[in-house]
Amino acid sequence: MQVVIPTQLRDYTRASQVEARGASVEEVLRDLDRRFPGIRFRIVDEQDRIRPHLRIFVDGAQAPTLKTRVRPDDLVLIFGALSGG
Amino acid sequence: MAKTTRKRRGAAKRRSRTAARSLTLLIGTRKGVFFLRAGPGRRSWRLTGPEFLGHTAHHVVLDPRDRRTLICAARTGHLGPTVFRSSDRGRTWKEASRPPAFAKAPDGEMARAVDHVFWLAPGHASEPHVWYAGTSPQGLFRSNDGGATWDGVAGFNTHPKRPAWCGDGQAAPPDGATLHSICIDPRDPKHLYIGMSSGGTFESTDGGADWKPLNAGCRADFLPDPFPEFGHDVHCMRLHPLAPDRLYQQNHCGIYRMDRAAARWERIGDNMPKKVGDIGFPMVLHPRDPDTVWVFPMDGSTVWPRVSPDGKPAAYVSRNGGRSWRRLDRGLPRAQGWFTVKRQAMCADRAESVGVYFGTTGGEVWGSVKEGERWVCLARYLPEVYSVEAAEFA
Repeated sequence: MQVVIPTQLRDYTRASQVEARGASVEEVLRDLDRRFPGIRFRIVDEQDRIRPHLRIFVDGAQAPTLKTRVRPDDLVLIFGALSGG
Repeated sequence: MAKTTRKRRGAAKRRSRTAARSLTLLIGTRKGVFFLRAGPGRRSWRLTGPEFLGHTAHHVVLDPRDRRTLICAARTGHLGPTVFRSSDRGRTWKEASRPPAFAKAPDGEMARAVDHVFWLAPGHASEPHVWYAGTSPQGLFRSNDGGATWDGVAGFNTHPKRPAWCGDGQAAPPDGATLHSICIDPRDPKHLYIGMSSGGTFESTDGGADWKPLNAGCRADFLPDPFPEFGHDVHCMRLHPLAPDRLYQQNHCGIYRMDRAAARWERIGDNMPKKVGDIGFPMVLHPRDPDTVWVFPMDGSTVWPRVSPDGKPAAYVSRNGGRSWRRLDRGLPRAQGWFTVKRQAMCADRAESVGVYFGTTGGEVWGSVKEGERWVCLARYLPEVYSVEAAEFA
């Protein structure tokens, strides 16, 4: 599937959209981390919680946890939420 | 011991001769890292940067063992904490492949995650690639490979008394509870001290395998027992490398000195002028004189404004281990100067006439190349300053 990368993470991917594989958000992030080392820890903390200011959408619906299922033709969107100052 | 101390004093004096030539202030701010490079005689300064624009840089530290390697503790609002390393004096940087992170908690147990890496400390001189990091919430981490990978110091992070020592967050400062002031005894790499805000001062004599509170004599006004065994709010603690049995700390409840033989903190802040008080964040040591320290008082009255008392900023110096203090405000605003100086944001260099520097939350960096006798603003318009460290590059 295609994964849309937010600007905050493009230092890792050097691209706004990348290919990834996996049957769950967890597997997709692991696949991304293999190719772009370090990217997973910027999205997910050490307790496998999606970081507070990031959102992941699968086929238009927000993925609340890493266990959310992903189909091969889904579009995965990672957003840096509006926050900070 | 006397011979070793004389040797250390000799080495410190030799370093002082070259200090001014290669001096750079490493400035960590809420929006990135800046460098302030000293010209000849420290008469001029050149600002460069930012690196990591948009990242909050809590601490940037030069490795004193090779004087080339820099480590930076950073986070952004969105992406969580990490550590960057440079082995070429800041020209290029690489992210740690395994930043500090707590162990995954078993189901049903409290799951801690590092919010930010707050404090960095190079390891002992005999352990050239070792670094320590303190985090928020309170955690201690160690790297054995120059900051590329980090592991928790299990003796502290999983100590059965850690939950009691660190509290439940109710006593945490507004930006989160932190572990900081990691001090290593120059005589023994296994002899470590840490300070926690809140939690207090702790000591390990076995490389971090076990820890004991070291808070006798230190107040904690915000607890029912004002002299508890632990739970204090250490703002900044320093160990003097030439007198390693002497500790100083700026605490939430005053300025203290401990000489280990006495095994008790003495409130040397009682000797400060009463209308200024002895509350503040940083504590700065003279590189060659264990009796000389600088502090930067703030208003800790009523609702704790945490700014210069009466809007009149000043550092204070003691030349006799805290028995008396002298105000140093020449060059600083005489009125309406509401400075806040964070605990990592004040430092000294090693020059013959010691340079003392501080950064403010208003984005200014001030310095004095005459040990605080006259201050000059070296940089302004920066983001909120989190840390200032004096670095002497090789």
